Amino acid sequence: MVVKSERSGAEILVESLVAKGVEFVFGYPGGAVLPIYDALFGDERIRHILVRHEAGAAHAAEGYARATGKPGVVLVTSGPGATNAVTGIADAFLDSIPLVVITGQVPTALIGSDAFQEADTVGITRHCTKHNYLVKDPSQLASVIDEAFRIATEGRPGPVVVDIPKDVQIASTRWTGHAPQTRNRYSPQVEAPADAVAEAVAMLAAARAPVFYTGGGVINSGPEAARLLQELQALTGAPVTSTLMGLGAFPAAHKDWLGMLGMHGTYESNMAMNRADLIVCVGARFDDRVTGRLDAFSPDSRKIHIDIDRASINKTVRVDLPLVGDCGQVLRQIITGWLDAGHKAQDLTEWRARIDGWRARNSLAYPKPTTGEIMPQLAIERLYELTKDREPIISTEVGQHQMWAAQHFHFDAPNKWLTSGGLGTMGYGLPAAIGAQVGCPDALVIDIAGDASIQMNIQELGTATQFRLPVKVFILNNEWMGMVRQWQELTYESRYSSSYSDALPDFVKLAEAYGWKGIQIDTLDQLDDGIRAMIDYPGPVIVDCRVTKEANCFPMIPSGAAHTDMLLYGDEVAGTMDDEAKALV
Amino acid sequence: MMKIKAEAQERHVLTIMVDNEAGILAKIAGLFTARGYNIDSLTVADITDEHDVSRITIVTHGPPAVIDQIHAQLERLVPVHKVTDLTEVGPYVARELALIKVAGKDENRVEALRLAEVFRAKVVDTTTSSFIFELTGAPDKIDTFVALMKELGLVEVGRTGIVGMIRGAQAA
Repeated sequence: MVVKSERSGAEILVESLVAKGVEFVFGYPGGAVLPIYDALFGDERIRHILVRHEAGAAHAAEGYARATGKPGVVLVTSGPGATNAVTGIADAFLDSIPLVVITGQVPTALIGSDAFQEADTVGITRHCTKHNYLVKDPSQLASVIDEAFRIATEGRPGPVVVDIPKDVQIASTRWTGHAPQTRNRYSPQVEAPADAVAEAVAMLAAARAPVFYTGGGVINSGPEAARLLQELQALTGAPVTSTLMGLGAFPAAHKDWLGMLGMHGTYESNMAMNRADLIVCVGARFDDRVTGRLDAFSPDSRKIHIDIDRASINKTVRVDLPLVGDCGQVLRQIITGWLDAGHKAQDLTEWRARIDGWRARNSLAYPKPTTGEIMPQLAIERLYELTKDREPIISTEVGQHQMWAAQHFHFDAPNKWLTSGGLGTMGYGLPAAIGAQVGCPDALVIDIAGDASIQMNIQELGTATQFRLPVKVFILNNEWMGMVRQWQELTYESRYSSSYSDALPDFVKLAEAYGWKGIQIDTLDQLDDGIRAMIDYPGPVIVDCRVTKEANCFPMIPSGAAHTDMLLYGDEVAGTMDDEAKALV
Repeated sequence: MMKIKAEAQERHVLTIMVDNEAGILAKIAGLFTARGYNIDSLTVADITDEHDVSRITIVTHGPPAVIDQIHAQLERLVPVHKVTDLTEVGPYVARELALIKVAGKDENRVEALRLAEVFRAKVVDTTTSSFIFELTGAPDKIDTFVALMKELGLVEVGRTGIVGMIRGAQAA
């Protein structure tokens, strides 16, 4: 059907979003987006989720995107609306999360005049978006939105900002019912060249000590990529480790799963990386949290790097064979190449035996107090045991609790683990859980939080109440910014500068103030019952789980150290560090 | 005590074809500042009848791995069509235009004019006590001329930065 008529920019925007299959918009109204909010008013096709702060809108859209695989859409006003959303945009940029962020702007005639609620949104977001636009003519809106969604979702996903001045929202233009055809200027390479794939197959077939090192790219590529990863793993028998962002792409229950690698990864995964003769990096980016000291990173291995972003290749670690393409596509190409060549898996008995030796160190072990205190690791273990049958979606904030969750909660499927990896944004978890619950209304969604992080976007409790979202917040309350305190203990001789969580709220009363249920767990014998009560309650719940106050997160590769220099629980830990190590983040 | 270490640097000339849209120059210049890359010179002008594509020439320096990253990071920008590292694919021609103002009397004035002829610089403005020379050439030729003029009453210099192109019949 061709509808030829004049429509306002705001109406064209809404039609364009509907055409892109958008069901939910996370946003907050304000002066410069009133025309768009008016166009949304009464429109049954798009549900607007009103957050309590624009950072919450961006993180909620991230959580929605991560849990559903669909792009998240954000709508905020000009000036502070846009700047408040920047943290979430930057977070999505570093973790490759597809977002389309619509920002209102002051009318075109006022741009540059320091008008009320004016900010140079395109300038501010230039380096934390995959692309951004200032739309100055309503006739461009439909094609801009069309391209924005393609850029956000294709290739390496990321956030795209579309800044729309208020007069462009109001002005009308001809509308034919669909976006005009424009030149496709964005077409990332998804298939790797055949000769490179053949070389990868040969390297895999010859390896005696191979490791798959997988990352968020496998999740972003879609559930099929995770399945293909398992298929290729089954053919080769190579053990698998993953970055924080990639957890769930390979089942944690698998015998060849090594656990997470890197700074708080397992001993066996880091030792395997260090001693491997071949590393196949699938959709990861050799982040500093993963590599530790670069000159000591996996010194004797050949390295294959599969990544859809050419700029990730050789950025920090030089690789022997880059395969630029979509993880799923390239994995399929390698599987086909492997089968066509008739390769059989190498006998990896010796390699497995070495790995078993490292695994026997039991690097995730932690002391078990006899006082009835709850170790935070144990709280996560019980949370996992009591919820795993529900296949919950877990989000986290940032800090010790995040690492403990990554270590002790186990994921067997993709899109179940939402965490801020690259930017490390405290305050991510609660809005991300809300976004995930919006996208997956029947799922059990739990934000594993710390007492400090949860306060960074605590206002979003109201959002969950308003939209009847039964999210659960499980706070590991140790009355510290635990990770800051841990680093101060390890590197600044326990000078705990500003890391104590003073004046904490009563989380149970806070929950009740927002119409949530509040549960407090103080001792070990209350732990299981408290978790069960949380699961059984049909609405949103905060659990204030009081844990051992000064537990540290181990194992740990200290800043500036090699994979082989991991600290395990009970190791002698020095209270100082030289300046070279201190200077590393 | 901790010291900052320096790495061996290479100088590269890159040409970048981009959509001629608002903010593209800020995007490219900002990419260099945000990621800590160096810009020695940057020239830009649109080159099509429709004024929809611009050609940017950037001279940069850095360790080889950083040069490779610059190339990849530029190519990742949506409005960028193509990046060519002329230094990598070479040989190439690099030219720059300079305006050089020299003021002086008597022998200095005569000598400046004589050297300008040697360098094939054009006189584009003159008073009884000054010249503006227009000089086109490889950057080191301009460097040499400017150095000579310092002895003869150099007042100011304006340079465009390099425009580069690959030798031979093919486009970059």
